Formats: sequence, structure tokens, C-alpha cells
Amino acid sequence: MTRSTLFSLAAAGLVSAIACAGGESKKTSDSAAGAAAPAPSSSGGVDLNGAGATFPYPVYSKWISDYLAKTGIKINYQQIGSGGGIRQLQEGTVDFGGSDAPMTDDEMSKAKGGPILHIPTVLGAVVLTYNVPEITQPLNLTGETIADIFLGKITKWNDSRLASLNPGVKLPARDVLVVHRSEGSGTTYIFSDYLTAVSPAWAAGPGKGKELKWPVGLGGRGSDGVSGQVKQTPGTIGYVELTYANQNRLPVAKVKNAAGQFVAPTIASITAAAAGAVEKLPPTTDYRVSIVNAPGAEAYPISSFTWLLVYQRQADAVKGKKLVDFIRWALTEGEAAAAALDYAPLPASLGGRLTERLNSIQIGTAS
Amino acid sequence: MSEAARPVVTARHDDAGIAARIEGSAIGDTIYRWMTTGFALCIPVLLLFIALEVGAAAWPAIKAFGFGFLTSSDWDPPHAVFGAAPAIYGTIVSSIIALIIATPLALGVAIFLSEFAPAWLRQPMAFFVDLLAAIPSVVYGLWGIFVLQPLLREHVMPFLSGLPLIGQSGLFEGPAYGPSMLGAGLILAIMVLPYISAVSREVLMAVPRSQREAALALGATKWEMIADAVVPYARSGIIGGIILGLGRALGETMAVTMLIGNVHKISASLFAPGYTMASLIANEFAEATGDLHLSALMAVGGVLFIVTLIVNALARWLVWRVSREARA
Repeated sequence: MTRSTLFSLAAAGLVSAIACAGGESKKTSDSAAGAAAPAPSSSGGVDLNGAGATFPYPVYSKWISDYLAKTGIKINYQQIGSGGGIRQLQEGTVDFGGSDAPMTDDEMSKAKGGPILHIPTVLGAVVLTYNVPEITQPLNLTGETIADIFLGKITKWNDSRLASLNPGVKLPARDVLVVHRSEGSGTTYIFSDYLTAVSPAWAAGPGKGKELKWPVGLGGRGSDGVSGQVKQTPGTIGYVELTYANQNRLPVAKVKNAAGQFVAPTIASITAAAAGAVEKLPPTTDYRVSIVNAPGAEAYPISSFTWLLVYQRQADAVKGKKLVDFIRWALTEGEAAAAALDYAPLPASLGGRLTERLNSIQIGTAS
Repeated sequence: MSEAARPVVTARHDDAGIAARIEGSAIGDTIYRWMTTGFALCIPVLLLFIALEVGAAAWPAIKAFGFGFLTSSDWDPPHAVFGAAPAIYGTIVSSIIALIIATPLALGVAIFLSEFAPAWLRQPMAFFVDLLAAIPSVVYGLWGIFVLQPLLREHVMPFLSGLPLIGQSGLFEGPAYGPSMLGAGLILAIMVLPYISAVSREVLMAVPRSQREAALALGATKWEMIADAVVPYARSGIIGGIILGLGRALGETMAVTMLIGNVHKISASLFAPGYTMASLIANEFAEATGDLHLSALMAVGGVLFIVTLIVNALARWLVWRVSREARA
């Protein structure tokens, strides 16, 4: 009780300080822009509230702080998980949501504020990390073998299917131990989405979701739990986000893509996956698309968008304009900051299309 | 003289004041009584509301799966099939392991501190044991992952499965990976130890001196005195401490989640991973979007509520019986 009171006091102080600073920078930016100066925000609180996925949180918070410095507009994003973000957006308790998995039709229909737009922001990839001391070079894997490992059909590291993919690598006769995420996670969604796309046996069995009924293995809590278990136990294999693997210098496998190439997960190969997938999208797409197993020789196959979720009809004209302006800024200037934080930026071909999509947002009740 | 007389006078004056206040405060008393009654009622009312709310939210899952929810091991969110048997089993088993390990240890600590420890050691020792209760559970979890698990995997587990008889009992079978029911039980044991030992220590210290002196006077050794005169006297209090520890073990979430392996499977072997109800809720609630999934998690919460209630009722009955026997 006391703590939350203290916190809200501190927050109020911070916000008012920001509002003062914001008021000044607002003037300069307005005069620079010249036209269409909106009434300066004098609410003194947060301008926009968002909630959702934890995976893009680092890049979103970087955008939010950069945008605050630039425009004085205060945005708050709570990393409560994709599911929570969707629920709060449905109820209209936040102005925008964030999700690693697109909303289902059923979820969309339960939104109280009408149709919801999915705006891709950055890309993430899921990588396979393992602990086999005998293997020193990156392991080659295919979708089918990954599915068989996680289905419990491949139980030894020297299985003939693994050996044929890795000629010249001396594979030990160790048992394979699978480690997966124990809690609901967008990472699990992307990974299972890929396996569902490439393996009929997986599609018929566990399927795709943020939580699954895992046939084998151990559940680790969070990326730390998975990678900690993998690091400690020889013979393990697990999956984590690329960002996480890079920061912790974990060994990662190359995965065979739709074009038949073994591709290591890098920022370039993830953006390439999106570029390959976007080319095939019809102009009318709602961007609720999976880009796993994307075409293109350079494409890393276990890649995915992460989305901002916004209502197409913005009843509050002031908030609506701020929201659209922010997203437009994020998709143009913001994208440049993504790679430094280990997020793959959207392919250039997507930028123009998304800007058009932003124009379809109706601001205010009049339109 | 007048110096001595004065206090008497003031005392009389005070008496009169109190009497006057008592007379004038009949209404105050009534208000006070109703107020405290109201506060006391808040708790059961709150409990009732929580139960109702959980029950209502869990209703779709109860309707869909019925009694099978308690007996099925199928937990499959993408296909909306839910059964909580492994989590119920894991909650109970991990707590039992914790109590089996922690109770003798905590009693030993309490007896040492109350009967044997020199005065200069008593306070610091008690302080350190109590300090165990102040460590956040996520820290216990991390310590478990980086210290306890490797220790279990490399030394304890091979030792246990290599033991004659016990090793063949089925309790210690299968590959030793680390995350396991045993690991979760061990970490819980450390976490509940301070509760049991602190309560037991206080109760043992409260045993009257005469009880000890009488035993010694009859020619008892120190061991006999403690076993026959001190501990039985404090029995119901010690059981109360164990119940407090059990309550903590049943509800503990974070450290257990980090060590139990989170697998929906009931295995006889303590080396195998498992699940508990509290970890299941913590793991899946944030990302549960399906209505039935949410409802199933609420139902798990309801079951945890009921299990805790049953365990507490059992424990109270035990205390009541023990104290009645002691009186008889």
C-alpha cells in the first residue's frame, strides 16, 4: 500500500516534470512543423498507454524515450505479455496493444472498440541452442529433424538423420534432452508455428500455441531458465530468441530454409525472411501473417513479426493523432534504432505499405 | 509527609476519573465493539468473495471437464483440453518431501537453541535461521539452478540411485537431469525450515522450568528430559509450526517453478520433473487468451484453495487431538 502510494507520488512528480519540459519542446516542434498545430497537451499525465508482449519491450522503450525527447509526448508501455495486452485492448483499457502472435478472429470479434489493425514493427527469430561439448562448429538442422527431436523421435545425438545433415562432424552417442519454455510465451508460439508449417507430424500432434502439450523434455522458466538448463547439462537442446542467444553467446544451429540453404540466424537473414514473405502478400493483407519458412535463399526460416495492435476507429481525436504519429515515426526513424538492440528492422519494401495502412485509421468520431 | 500523601490523593482523583469515563463511554464501547466485529467479519466475507469469484470464473472449465479435471493428466492449451492431476500430485508430493526433510532439521535447530546453545550463541544463531525466511524466493530459485541442481545431478542423485534397497525402490530411478520433484522438495525444505524452527523454538522456550527440573530430579538424562518432558509439553505448538511451514510449501511458486521442471506427468521417481498448481498458474496466466484456458487456470486456483483448506482442517484436527491426549 505504502509502496504503491510512494510510487504514484514519484510518478506524478516525474510526469509533471516531463510535462513542463515537454511543453517547451512542443512549441519548437510545432513552430518547426508550421501547419496543423494541435492544442498542446495539458493533461499532465501519460499521453498514451500500451501493454503487451515482453519480447519487443527493449526496442519499444527505446522508441518511447527517444520520442519523448523529440516531441514531449509521454507513452507508457507495460510488458505484461501478449495475452494480457490483447485482453486489455479488447476491454479498451489501453490505447494500443503489443503481441508476438496475431490475434485470432475470435479474439478480434470480442474487441469492444471495433476492428483492430495489426501493424508489424520489428522482427524476431527463434534460434536453437544446444550443449554438446563434442560439436565445435554450428550444427545443421532441418525443420523435420527439429520436429523429430522435440517430438522425442530422435533420442540420440548420433542419430543417422542428424549425421547425414552434418557430414564430417563427429556426433557423440549422448541422449538428447529437450528443454522448452514452461510459461506462455511468444517465443514458443513462433517456434511451434514453424514446426507446424514444416512437419505434418507436429501439426497433428502438439500444434501451435503459446503453451503446448510437450511430448518430451523439461520446462525452464523464461529464456534464462531454458539457457541455464542448456548451459549446465550436456546433451540438451532448447530454443530462445536470437537477442538472448547473442547477448549470452550461446551456440546456435543453422536451419535449412525453404530454398534448401542452411542459414545462420542474423539480423540480415531475418529481415531477408520478411522481405521474401512480404513480396507474396496481397495488397489487401491485414498483416496477420506468419513468415516462418519464408522463401528466399538468404532467409532464416524461424522468423516472425511482432505487432502493435490499434483500433481502426480512434474515437478520441487527440489521442488518435498522437498514436498514429508515434507509430509513423517508429516505422520510419525508429527502425534505425532496432538493429543496435539486436532486433531485425522491417524490410524497406514494407515501409511504404505500412504508411498507407496507417492512413486508413479513422481519427475522431466524425469520419 | 505531604510528599508521601500526594500520590494517594492523585490516585483517588484518577479512580474517580476512570469511573466517570466508564460511565460516559457506554456508547463508545458499543461503537468500538461493532467496529471490531466489522473488522473481524471482513476476513470471512473477503474469503467468501474470493471463493465465489474463483468459482464463477472456473465454472466453464468445471462444466466442460467435470471430475475428470482432477484425474486427467492431459494439459493441452492449443486443443483446449485440461486436466490438473499432475499439478495436484506435484503440489502435495513436493510439500511432503519438504516437511519430511525440514521437520527433523528444524526441530533439531530449535532444541539445540533452547536447550544446549550457550547464551552468547543463541541470539546470533536464531537470527541467522530467521534470516532464511527473509530471502526472496526468486533468489532461492536462482541458487537452486546454479548450486543445488548441479550438486544433485553430479553427487546426490547418483549416490541415491546407487544405494542398496532404497536405490531399487523406484523412488530414485531414471536419468538425473537436475530439475526434479526432489530438487523442488529440497528447496522448499530450506524455505519452510525457518518457520518451523522459529515457532518450535519459542514454544520450547516457553516450557516451564519446573517441567525440566522435575524430570531431572527423577534422574532423567538430558536426552530423556527433552524427549519425555519438554517436547511432549510443547507438542501442539510444534505441530502448529509444521502446519505454518506446510502452508508456505503448498503455496510457494517462484522457486519451485524454477526447479521442478514443469512437466505435466505423474512419475513415481523423485528424479523426474513434475508440476505444482501454483507454478502452473504463474506460468500460464499471463499468456492465456482462450476462455477455457483461463477458466481452467482459475479452476486450478480453486483446487489449490480447497487442498489448502483440507490440509489446514486436518492439521487443526491433529492439534486438537494431540492436545486432548496430552491433557488426558
